[in-house]
Amino acid sequence: MTQTGSLMGFVHRQRRGAELFLLVLALAVGIGAYAAVGLGMEGTIPADIVGYGGWLVLLIVAAHVTVRIVAPYADPVLLPLVAALNGLGLAVIHRMDITYEAMDKPNHDFAQQQLTWMTLGVVLFIGVLVLLRDHRFLQRFTYTAGLTGIVLLLLPFLPFIGKEVYGARIWINVAGFSFQPGEVAKVALVIAFAGYLVLHRDALALAGRRVLFIDLPRGRDLGPILAMFGVSMMILVLQRDLGSSLLFFGLFLVMLYVATERPGWLVVGGLMFSLGALLAWALVPHVGRRFDIWLNPQDYYDSVGGSYQPTEALFGMGWGGLIGRGFGNGMPERITFAESDFIVAAIGEELGLTAVMAIILCYGLIVERALRIALIARDGFGKLLAVGLGSVVALQVFVVIGGVTSLIPLTGLTTPFLSYGGSSLIANWVIVALLLRVSDQARRPVPRLEPEPGGPDEEHTQVVKLR
Amino acid sequence: MNKPIRVVAVFCLALFMLLLVNATYVQYVRPDGLADDPRNRRVISAAFSRERGAILVGKEAVARSVPIETKYKFQRTYPQPFKYAPLTGYFSYYSQTGVERSQNRVLSGDDSRLFVTRLVDMLSNSEPKGGNVQLTVNAKAQDAAFAGLEALPGDAQGAVVALEPSTGRVLAMASTPTFDPNRLASHDFGEVADVAEKLNDAENQPLVNRAIATTLPPGSTFKLVTAAAAIESGKYDAGSLVPGGYKFQLPESETTIGNHDGGNCGGPRITLTRALEVSCNVAFLSLANELGTEAMAEQAEAFGFNSTQLEDLPGQAKSLYPRDMNAPQTAMSGMGQSNVTSTPLQMAMVVAAIANDGDVMRPYVVDEVRAPNLSVLDRTDPETLSNAVSASTAAELKDMMVSTVEQGTATVAQIPGVEVGGKTGTAQSTEDRPPYAWFVSFAPADDPQVAVAVMVEASATARNEIAGGLLGGPIAKAVMEAVITR
Repeated sequence: MTQTGSLMGFVHRQRRGAELFLLVLALAVGIGAYAAVGLGMEGTIPADIVGYGGWLVLLIVAAHVTVRIVAPYADPVLLPLVAALNGLGLAVIHRMDITYEAMDKPNHDFAQQQLTWMTLGVVLFIGVLVLLRDHRFLQRFTYTAGLTGIVLLLLPFLPFIGKEVYGARIWINVAGFSFQPGEVAKVALVIAFAGYLVLHRDALALAGRRVLFIDLPRGRDLGPILAMFGVSMMILVLQRDLGSSLLFFGLFLVMLYVATERPGWLVVGGLMFSLGALLAWALVPHVGRRFDIWLNPQDYYDSVGGSYQPTEALFGMGWGGLIGRGFGNGMPERITFAESDFIVAAIGEELGLTAVMAIILCYGLIVERALRIALIARDGFGKLLAVGLGSVVALQVFVVIGGVTSLIPLTGLTTPFLSYGGSSLIANWVIVALLLRVSDQARRPVPRLEPEPGGPDEEHTQVVKLR
Repeated sequence: MNKPIRVVAVFCLALFMLLLVNATYVQYVRPDGLADDPRNRRVISAAFSRERGAILVGKEAVARSVPIETKYKFQRTYPQPFKYAPLTGYFSYYSQTGVERSQNRVLSGDDSRLFVTRLVDMLSNSEPKGGNVQLTVNAKAQDAAFAGLEALPGDAQGAVVALEPSTGRVLAMASTPTFDPNRLASHDFGEVADVAEKLNDAENQPLVNRAIATTLPPGSTFKLVTAAAAIESGKYDAGSLVPGGYKFQLPESETTIGNHDGGNCGGPRITLTRALEVSCNVAFLSLANELGTEAMAEQAEAFGFNSTQLEDLPGQAKSLYPRDMNAPQTAMSGMGQSNVTSTPLQMAMVVAAIANDGDVMRPYVVDEVRAPNLSVLDRTDPETLSNAVSASTAAELKDMMVSTVEQGTATVAQIPGVEVGGKTGTAQSTEDRPPYAWFVSFAPADDPQVAVAVMVEASATARNEIAGGLLGGPIAKAVMEAVITR
């Protein structure tokens, strides 16, 4: 166990004041955006801004106070970033609600629901921080978490509760509530991978052959990578969702690489996934179609389930330009799911490239903070946990925003914290709670092992002096 | 484990850089391309809600936007819809054609030349307005052209193009059957879609601007190009004797071609002038046969065949003189048959070049671009495209055309007190389709102010030269009279 935290006498400060200051800024973004939506859409600041803003402040202050009490050394930047994104997302969803209501769409209370989900997310965030005082406790549940993750991934295939939405089978429906179990599964899988790899890293890292400057792993160690590859391919073929598949396998590869320090794993895994994706592209119609649409968006604009959505997203973002059209002056309702998967396009249209860049930078900072936590964490499990959670956010943001901006083929994933969607929001708040827990452990001063001043040694010297 | 974590950090940095670069590309670099996509409703909606500039002919607007109490605030209206539809095109929620399309950026106010206006609008917080487009069209000539086509018997399809020979300004451009752009500019989009579907499916193709988009065999009017090639070769002049007689035997073939009236053009050897006057097939087939494909193609291309020149209107079709014709086809091309095809605009350019000392000018429709306050932002300068024939050749051709009007097949175009040059044509594409009547002319001969090409496809046309002249000639004459000021 390295003692990075106190090496050379460096001790992390708590920085809770800095966090509070940043949180005020984050709340200004969220509540300011809500006011701007009212001004842009209806010409007045919404009447319920005090109630809405008050609730938002209450949630954030509750989260902040919890951190102050139970994780005083936690990273001070993460919570404000998340609060800002969540607040902005709520405002944009509210903006879409107003248009949906004017269009007589049956569902136009997404923002209300999202606020409920956020409340639940913050409650879970507080719960995780209060109940989980040491993240290493989770290491005991390595296999339970793994099993849970896989079961959650398989839930959508069950009859009655699983349902297919727009060709991808990633939803379940229980008692009237829709749920994307994949969002929760990714947290469980990160815990499982971290627990497994921290135990078996030596076995996986040692032995192997060197081919062309790359250490290739031993054949018999390919077991876990093959298992995870199988699960990913199953997601790709059965759920027909390239995004989730890439997310889970990419996450596993990154954690495997960090645990073993062997780039060979990346080469092997990358090749395997590329081959698998290529096969799926050729053999699974839905996946192949997504690729075709991505490559030739012009040909599929008018066909059902074609490129209408991404093309409209591009039109919208192009229309927004550098500074955007302003709330109420764009037509984001033309983009299907502008309140969830395509929220970044809606933001690009009305708030411009400036806001899109700010959002991407916020995600970049979240990932950067997560990896920094991994660097300074004192235990292997904590390092892997932080790397895993950070990578999940990085990969998901890349897959979603890349898909929305037509950088890569489109997949059905949510933008963390911004998009409407309960499962996603709750899971992401838990991710932040876990990251804060690991960082609190990592930044907390190491208890001194040598005896305190005034112990027997000092007394002894004093006696000599006194005489 | 810290080294791989740093590698992962760099990898994530690369991912986020990719996202940033791509977002910049989509939102900053690419928007112009995205905005030009006809399916981009955002751009169209915005253009619909803006006060679009007017399209002016003389001092009158042939297309303008008037305030209206609907979601889109302005209604595009066309006061003389049918007459100017081929020029203005239409501005619908779904698409645009004609000047509405080619000058869309000016009319919508997005053009860079309107930058100052836009800036002032933005600073004064007033609604942005589009710029105005002044057309080169002469209203009286356009009236004459459209009235002439409308007066044709039956539901004749036809087109008229009038050019100013010295500049290439389009003085008139009419096409029938035509359509009402007002109905396509309606804000009742359901109705617009219905009307558009009907127009698109109509058998007589009212949406096609026949003046620039329809290519047909130019028939005997192409004999002007053959004559030009002959004189330019140096072996002939207006007085040279060329073969006349009853029949021309096509090379490598048993087929013989006679003259349109079954006569002998006045003898076995006639002057080139005489050959043009009576539109002698035998003479021009033997000339084309003697000059060969290459010389004929070069002459045709010098006049503008095998390329497009019009930049102000979308949809100009290429007039063709193919270089891969065999000997009989080349001979037939001498009288504008076989694989030679031309738009009315192209034939007007041929006549305009002859009237303009041999210089081919780029035809243009947009004279000036003006700011909303009518100050002139840009004016189109005439541009010489090529020198089709020398000035002396042009002079000889002019005289030959004048004499064709005075004592040949084109007497129908005579204007008292004005020297007019002209040439008739009747062409057929296939046996089962009615022939096309052509008429090209210019006037006055000493100082040409207008060159006209008329093309009429009418079921009533008899297959003979003078009948064709009788259809197109009066229209050409009316257009010339409208332009000539003396």
